[in-house]
Amino acid sequence: MASTAAVPFWRSAGMTYITYSNICANLVRNCLKEPYKSEAISREKVHFSVSKWTDGKQEKPTIRSDSPDA
Amino acid sequence: MFRQVANRLLTRSTTTYTTTGAAATVCRPYATDVSTEASTGDSDFIEAWKKVTPNIDPPKTPIQFMEPRPPTPSTLPSKLTVNFVLPYSSELSKQEVDMVIVPATTGQMGILPGHVPTIAELKPGLLSVHEGSDVKKYFISSGFAFVHANSYADILAVEAIPIDRIDKDQVQKGLNEFTQKLSSASTDLDKAEAQIGVDVHSALNSALTG
Repeated sequence: MASTAAVPFWRSAGMTYITYSNICANLVRNCLKEPYKSEAISREKVHFSVSKWTDGKQEKPTIRSDSPDA
Repeated sequence: MFRQVANRLLTRSTTTYTTTGAAATVCRPYATDVSTEASTGDSDFIEAWKKVTPNIDPPKTPIQFMEPRPPTPSTLPSKLTVNFVLPYSSELSKQEVDMVIVPATTGQMGILPGHVPTIAELKPGLLSVHEGSDVKKYFISSGFAFVHANSYADILAVEAIPIDRIDKDQVQKGLNEFTQKLSSASTDLDKAEAQIGVDVHSALNSALTG
């Protein structure tokens, strides 16, 4: 197969497809009418804690969250 | 001990080559090759099981739980079966329709029954489902559309909103904001993000008017 056509502009700027897709989805969600908008925004909130492990020991976890508390 | 025997028997029937430690690298057939007779159970395995433990029923293997792919009919089907799914809900599940028009990156693509198998990446745009004289329109943020040989179409999108839920003012505001960001953007990444914003909002705009 020949190598495919020109890369999309976001790929050449260093963005991955997932990032592109998530940005598009966020923009679309922001353009919803009112009752649906609040449902959509609350649906996509994430809240998780990440930490690196070295030498079998867990380092300090950082919490990444979209919700205002914690 | 029986589990090891079962493993080795299963791998032997599906691999076409023998390597040492074959249990780890099973040569899986393509999905289109999975035949319906596999649902009655792998016959070699069942025979060997019966020899070792004739009193216990042989366990079902994962392939017996799989529904085989709906077969490709020999004559052209009259309707397209559409599965339209989002990460959080399934909008249409095995719905029979006449035609769908999807916003592929190469332009609006119409899918009719008997369409050639295709994989299409979707760009932000309008999806319309035509059933008789009924047309349902959704705005899709991005995703993929798979058309299979048996006139099944799978449309996967990250976000899809019916067009009557689009807020016109927000769209206009977003468009202006991103056009401005595009002209003032400095790094490649900023330019790309602003460009994405402009694309999405102009697609939303044309979906509202068109």
